[in-house]
Amino acid sequence: MIEIISWLIPLPPLLAFGLIVLFANRSNRASHTLGIGAMLISWALAMSVFISAVSGGELPVSTEVEWLPTGDTAFNIGTWIDPLTAVTLFFVAWTMLAIFVYSVGYHNYGNARDPDDRPGFPPHAGGIEPMYARFFAFISLFAFAMLALVVTDNLLVLFVGWEIMGFCSYLLIGFWYGKDSAKAAMVKAFMTTRVGDVFLLLGLAYLYSLTGTLTYSEILLNAETLERLATTPSVLGPGTSAAALIALLFFIGTVGKAAQWPLHTWLPDAMEGPTPVSAMIHAAAMVSAGIYLILRIFPLITAGWRHGEPLPDVMVIIAFIGAFTALFAASLAIGQNDIKRVLAYSTISQLGYMVAAVGMGAFVAAAFHLITHAFFKALLFLGSGSVIHGVEHGAHESGEHIDPNDMTHMGGLRKKMPLTFWTFLIGGLTLAGFPIVTAGFWSKDEILAEAYGTNHLAIFVVLALAALLTAFYTMRQITLTFLGEPRSKAAEHAHESKWTMTAPLAMLALFSLTIGWAGIPKGFPVLSSFIPNWVHEFVGATLLEPVESLEFNVIPLLVSVAVALGGLLVGYLMYRRLEAGAPDPLARLGRVYVWIQNKYYFDELYDFLFVRPLYWFAETFVYRGLDRRVIDGTLHGVAGLAGRLGGFLRNKIDLPIVNGSGDLVGEGIKTAGFEGRVIQTGRVQAYLIVGIIFAGAMLSYIFFLS
Amino acid sequence: MVPLSWYLILAAALFAVGIFGVLARRNAIAILMGIELMLNAVNLNLLAFWRYLWSDNLTGVVFVIMVLAVAAAEVAVGLALIISIYRRRSTVVAEDIDLLKW
Amino acid sequence: MTLAQLIFLAAAAVTLVAAIMVVTSPRLIHAGLWLILSLAGIAVLFILLDNGFLAVVQVAIYIDAIAILIIIAVMLTRAVMSDADRQINRMGLAAAFASLILLAGLLAMVLQVPAASPAPLVEAEVNLDALGRALVDVDGFILPFEVASVLLVAALVGAIVVAMTPARGD
Repeated sequence: MIEIISWLIPLPPLLAFGLIVLFANRSNRASHTLGIGAMLISWALAMSVFISAVSGGELPVSTEVEWLPTGDTAFNIGTWIDPLTAVTLFFVAWTMLAIFVYSVGYHNYGNARDPDDRPGFPPHAGGIEPMYARFFAFISLFAFAMLALVVTDNLLVLFVGWEIMGFCSYLLIGFWYGKDSAKAAMVKAFMTTRVGDVFLLLGLAYLYSLTGTLTYSEILLNAETLERLATTPSVLGPGTSAAALIALLFFIGTVGKAAQWPLHTWLPDAMEGPTPVSAMIHAAAMVSAGIYLILRIFPLITAGWRHGEPLPDVMVIIAFIGAFTALFAASLAIGQNDIKRVLAYSTISQLGYMVAAVGMGAFVAAAFHLITHAFFKALLFLGSGSVIHGVEHGAHESGEHIDPNDMTHMGGLRKKMPLTFWTFLIGGLTLAGFPIVTAGFWSKDEILAEAYGTNHLAIFVVLALAALLTAFYTMRQITLTFLGEPRSKAAEHAHESKWTMTAPLAMLALFSLTIGWAGIPKGFPVLSSFIPNWVHEFVGATLLEPVESLEFNVIPLLVSVAVALGGLLVGYLMYRRLEAGAPDPLARLGRVYVWIQNKYYFDELYDFLFVRPLYWFAETFVYRGLDRRVIDGTLHGVAGLAGRLGGFLRNKIDLPIVNGSGDLVGEGIKTAGFEGRVIQTGRVQAYLIVGIIFAGAMLSYIFFLS
Repeated sequence: MVPLSWYLILAAALFAVGIFGVLARRNAIAILMGIELMLNAVNLNLLAFWRYLWSDNLTGVVFVIMVLAVAAAEVAVGLALIISIYRRRSTVVAEDIDLLKW
Repeated sequence: MTLAQLIFLAAAAVTLVAAIMVVTSPRLIHAGLWLILSLAGIAVLFILLDNGFLAVVQVAIYIDAIAILIIIAVMLTRAVMSDADRQINRMGLAAAFASLILLAGLLAMVLQVPAASPAPLVEAEVNLDALGRALVDVDGFILPFEVASVLLVAALVGAIVVAMTPARGD
């Protein structure tokens, strides 16, 4: 049963995409019905698979069909349900469903179309989005891609889903294509992830060339293959094994997709898209796919390594990038005033946590954090969308012209938008890792415990610092937005959003609170005796060898609680009395604050290093030089040559010789006649003279000579 | 006796002179005079041959009479033509009558 | 040199000189008169050839009729071409050359004829009486005679028609 269902899971959104694009694009109602309906079906199918998986079904379940004939053999594709797939399906289905429902309200369904609104620009003040149907078509395609990526059993279909998601992110980030900033952001997102995708493709090719297959069961669960790949030297020389190189190439793909440093620059700009898009890309789907990939190829990354041994080079690299990104992004988040930008950097930072966990070999911790992060990040994004809507509405009512995203104009919204406030608060506390009750605490704590327990103290310190900053900026954000007094008239006139927006918020908040309790580590005082570490048991079964759970250690727990509570407190105290127009207290950091505000000038650096030379190359070298001068020049040269040859043939050969000889005959006769007619004098005597001379000559000749 | 060849030579000379007159004179009537000379040379020739070679036959004499008659007719017609041309074109210069010219 | 030869030479010289003067005389009346002299010389030569009848006919027709006609025509057309104009046309040289060539050719032909002596005349057969009868004899020369008369009539009528002034009115 699961076999058939697993094939069906990605299909309804694909059908919805096709139907909306072809038929339903004129009716907003039909579009969202199709979109949400399809997502509901997929959700139901995914939940049935999940339930079947957790209730003791035989795992992994896989199916296969022949797809590409490759000589004697064939390249097969199929589905693969193992514990990792099951939990991923769980959070993907829930979060995407929430986002779909949220989109209805976010795009103001039910309101009249504002005649001032033009397609390609965000609606001004409460009118329905002009491109409503298109939005649902795109997010349906996106859902299809993600679900296909999750249920497939081979890396090629994963790559296909990966690319489709990249394309959809391009379309959706630039959804409001009339804005120049959106256009720039969509191209930037696509290009930056593309850099990662190229390396991913290289990794796929290399892997295929070494093993002849891309199916999980034949590579990742096959001990001999892993052993062989781990011991074969790669093309880089004997220092690096093939497995390490492949893992590295795949990891670069994740760096792009999950916006790790150095390919992080696209994610903050991607906030140009509508908020449901931000939630989808940065919480539910796209970046999660990046982490899902490295979780999938975890056996390749850890090939030849045993728990407790010193880390091989590739894992060091992964861990370093993850930890560095976590701290780096958190430091940028504290200086942002745009409510969505804070969340963007927060996403980058949290993904850094997961990457660092994988780098250290903590598979279960990374997977657990991925699950919880999806829920609370989606919650935070959707909540911010609700806040923005409220402030926009307030701005429209009060006639003020302010940037509705800017937190310095908000404040006191807890009274105006209570539901949004409470759910946002839950999400924020989860992000910060508030002890016990929030899921984020459990998952983040597990990563910190792994770092400490396996003696990677440098990573531990970095991640702890990042956690401190995370708590700080989260509280800063909540305080600026909801607490204190309204700092603008728009904030005064804000009101709560519709049920289609707040219901998903509530649902996600519920998950944020409860899901953590499925992963209470063994040995935790008191609670672990009631609730086993289900996540560890279940997800850990994905791997070939069962993962040992660590000894419980109280130090990382204390550090984690301290940084969480400390950061929250500092953030609250600093910002609760901030007034309108007052400078940010952080500005006292001076030069550092300026650097933070400018994102450490990475965008400018990349522009100088890569973007400008590339434009120069394309414009000057290829276009003007190669295309116009060489290619067109050759063509023009040939054409000119042909023209001149033709001209020569025509004028020097055809006309004088061929025509000339023809004309010569006629002209010659005419000239001969013209010259010759002088003998026609008309005088008879002349004619007679000629005759007589001739006669006389004849006579003389005959008679003299005879 | 006068040798036959003398008569013939004289006739030839007269004929040549007459030809010269026909070919070289500008006035049409002078041309006609040249024609008369030529005809007379012919007559002389004929009669000389009759007398020296066929004197038993009258054919020679009759021939001369025919030539004479034809010459007379031809002069008459020729002069009539000249008068007619003179009336129309006011010229008797043979060179000016060149309608056959290209 | 016998008498006949002498007379022949004199008459021949006169005829030839007169003929040359005909074709080279600048004044047309003089040319006409020289023509008459030339024709007279021919008549003398006819007598030498034992044919007095034809000599008289020559005088009567050629001199009295034709030469006079020519002189009358000259006088009628005097105003057109004065005697002071050039008399020899542009092709004079070529004409002289042509006539010389012709003369050469004719002489070449003539000198082939063997010199012969005249046979004695049979008076009875070639006298005037016989000529007259032959001219109207059906077995004789009646046909040429009649044809010649028709020719003369045609010439007469033709000359009148050609030289007629166009009729005024109808």
